[in-house]
Amino acid sequence: MKELVILSGKGGTGKTSLTAAFASLAENMMLCDADVDAADLHLIMDPDIQETHDFAGGYKAEIIPDACTGCGQCMELCRFDAVKPVEGAGIFCIDDLDCEGCGVCADLCPESAIKFEENVCGQWFASSTRFGEMIHARLGIAEDNSGRLVALVRDEARKRVTADHIDLLLTDGPPGIGCPVIASIGHANAVLIVTEPTVSGIHDMERVAQLAAHFKMPAMVCINKYDLNPDQARAIEVIAKEKEMVFVGKLPFDPAFTKAMVQGKSIMETHADSPAAAQIKEIWNRVMEHPAMKMDRLC
Amino acid sequence: MIISIASGKGGTGKTTVATNLCASLDADFMLLDCDVEEPNAHLFLNPTFTGKERVNAPVPEVDLSLCTYCKKCMEICRYGAIAVAGETVMTFPELCHSCGGCAVVCPEKAITEIDRFIGTVETGTLSLPQNPSFGRGLMDIGQVMAPPVIRQVRQLEKEKDLTIIDAPPGTSCPVIASMKGADFVLLVTEPTPFGLHDLTLAVEAVKLLGIPCGLVINRAGIGNDDVKNYAQDENIPVLLEIPFDKQIASAYSKGELLVQALPAYKEKFKDLYTSIEAIVNRKGEA
Repeated sequence: MKELVILSGKGGTGKTSLTAAFASLAENMMLCDADVDAADLHLIMDPDIQETHDFAGGYKAEIIPDACTGCGQCMELCRFDAVKPVEGAGIFCIDDLDCEGCGVCADLCPESAIKFEENVCGQWFASSTRFGEMIHARLGIAEDNSGRLVALVRDEARKRVTADHIDLLLTDGPPGIGCPVIASIGHANAVLIVTEPTVSGIHDMERVAQLAAHFKMPAMVCINKYDLNPDQARAIEVIAKEKEMVFVGKLPFDPAFTKAMVQGKSIMETHADSPAAAQIKEIWNRVMEHPAMKMDRLC
Repeated sequence: MIISIASGKGGTGKTTVATNLCASLDADFMLLDCDVEEPNAHLFLNPTFTGKERVNAPVPEVDLSLCTYCKKCMEICRYGAIAVAGETVMTFPELCHSCGGCAVVCPEKAITEIDRFIGTVETGTLSLPQNPSFGRGLMDIGQVMAPPVIRQVRQLEKEKDLTIIDAPPGTSCPVIASMKGADFVLLVTEPTPFGLHDLTLAVEAVKLLGIPCGLVINRAGIGNDDVKNYAQDENIPVLLEIPFDKQIASAYSKGELLVQALPAYKEKFKDLYTSIEAIVNRKGEA
């Protein structure tokens, strides 16, 4: 099996719209939405959820008020400023939003007054869609551990791809270069960086390209909305070459992307004859011809 | 007053709103770029950087001459960052959350914490008439811990002054670290299904923190009216609409400010600030 991860560095460059378009073109493919923080692929894929699983991504501490003697050791130990005094009560409580789930307070409380329980902080789903199976997730609001949930959905997708003899796993990655992005690329064949011809697009592409290089992950580059600034688009091609990333093509600005999204479809379904759709086909062919996409990566 | 500019979905125009708001203000303020994975504000405001400090995270170092292999450090660590097998102790600094538990529980005092470099905080001034202060965090490539970098950027905040925060996208821990303690969250979205979906998540996060919020609709005219209807249903004020305009997109692509390309927007951003101030003051009085 092979896995392509779509990244961008900068958000909003068109990762998900392009992933959806590729899904229309690929055969024998499974989808994975690795943007668990602000997942959007399901808005196009209209998944029919077959399985729902809780994701316990860590622990949260909770002080039992009746057992707390107010010694304050937990507050002294907590590196995350999550322990706060309860006003007028002479005891302490823990702010969920700040708790890192390290358990140091619970382990060392002299009164054993701190509960430390597993925290369900999201859900993940196995669904069927009109293009194939899809593994996706939703992280609870304000939760941490998004990297672990990304790792989980990818592991699950990779297992199923292998078991079901599926040729390709297409993974819609998160923006940025941090923990969820790192979790989204391990063991993949290659990443495709979708950028835009803007100073921000270039800046952020360079950061995510450095990340890919850091993890020795082959990277390809394509430009969305290249005609908004053709000079910057040319600059991106030069940078791609310098950084030894294969440049796989560029897409014009086309309102059809938004129109398709409003209809809950990919651009290949609503505007198959548009110039953008023709370009997407070419980009897709070049991506699949990349040497890194020829190798089977077993789980 | 602290105004945090956030979005849920990436690429909706947080940095556009933050930088143009800055360039339109008469008041003194400070801008902090808390999108430490992909900071962009400096590309539009050309700051002069004068200071640079490292962001370090403490990680354990074990003195094997003192270690008795009791495994207490391994037992307290929830992140698998320290392992004891036979007479070997291994640490995995990239998994460490710097809670300090291992050093506290070690009965032999064999564990000391050493600094691990995870990012940089840069400070300087913006080339605007008031010479406002600017700070930004830059997470080192390959690192995973954004919140400590964000927290260190936010240490630059001064209590009485106006602080504008450019937050990262999403709704998880780095976003919360960039919104917590703010007096107002300005959410920037685009009127598309993706924009709406991620906006609803961002609104949930803001509600959880109990901070008043308002909306900027960027690229108004693309997509549909669902974002506006949602804002109305949820009673979230739409404080500014920026239409989709190729002239704006082209200026942005070159790193130009909207208020430079279309100076009429300066008044709109001033009004935006006035509306935010009024909402925050009303809340203060209530």
